[in-house]
Amino acid sequence: MNDTKKAALRAAFPYTIPILTGFLFLGVTYGVYMRSLGFSALYPIAMSLTVFAGSMEFVAGNLLLGAFDPLQALVLTLTINARHLFYGLSMLERYKGLGKIKPYLIFGLCDETFSVNCSAQIPQGVDRGWFYFFVTALDQIYWVTGASLGGLFGALLPINTQGLDFVMTAMFVVIFLENWLKEDDHISSLLGLGLSLLCLAVFGAEAFIIPSMAAILAAFTLLRGRLDREEAPA
Amino acid sequence: MTLTQQVITIALVVLGTMLTRFLPFLIFTPGRPTPRYIQYIGKVLPPAVFGLLVVYCLKNVSLLAGSHGLPEAIAIAVVAALHLWKRQMLLSIAGGTVVYMLLVQLVF
Repeated sequence: MNDTKKAALRAAFPYTIPILTGFLFLGVTYGVYMRSLGFSALYPIAMSLTVFAGSMEFVAGNLLLGAFDPLQALVLTLTINARHLFYGLSMLERYKGLGKIKPYLIFGLCDETFSVNCSAQIPQGVDRGWFYFFVTALDQIYWVTGASLGGLFGALLPINTQGLDFVMTAMFVVIFLENWLKEDDHISSLLGLGLSLLCLAVFGAEAFIIPSMAAILAAFTLLRGRLDREEAPA
Repeated sequence: MTLTQQVITIALVVLGTMLTRFLPFLIFTPGRPTPRYIQYIGKVLPPAVFGLLVVYCLKNVSLLAGSHGLPEAIAIAVVAALHLWKRQMLLSIAGGTVVYMLLVQLVF
């Protein structure tokens, strides 16, 4: 590995430590879950490598137990993962011109990788593309490792890990708060939080994501005259 | 399901996931200028998405039943307090998570 990559890896790793904890734990949980449904360890390993979208992988385990219905599998996936569309829109500028690593960055754009790559302060002199790459790759390595360990040895877990999954919530809270402390106005933060809460209350936990996305887009469209400034995108 | 049907199902889950991740990049290619409206959306969106993700993590918390969301509320307050005090990302996350684990394992 050359010095550019080493420096990027060193800068990226600390940002991924909470994800290391969360993904190992959730990955192990996923592996154990798949075993409990009666699948071999090969299934969680293959799904964590190819799907790499945590909540969808849990759902896919259930899909495999039901009747064969390819259309339902596709529509359900599009619905559950629709929030990724927002990540892509937010990363269009940041991932511009990154060459051959770009397809992998997009492939691995999960919730956690998005939040880190979208919010991290990349130190001066560190290559942006390789920083994004290492955050993405480390996160996937953690997840695949967790799912493999869970699938192979999950039943042997000795410690009480109840509540450890809160590490992901805590990370999103910190990213939200850190951004709050830096931004000039809080309109976007408040809109995201408020409209999502409203939609959660109205549509319930299983169906609020897409209405939230629609409400957020509608609000930004209405407020464009006020929020859109001519400066270059960050 | 037969093995072939399982492979097809997993392939469609992969396809669906990749569509949601690649679509914005496929529509707005670097070759052509991205429409101003999309640039604007891409710029104002991230803070709102962070808010959405926080709510997404808490979506299964019930205020009416069980522990009424108290462990979550206390742990988030700890995360916020630690972060405003030291502004050390890892410390805030670790502190809040440990408090949450203690609360759900020992108190609630």
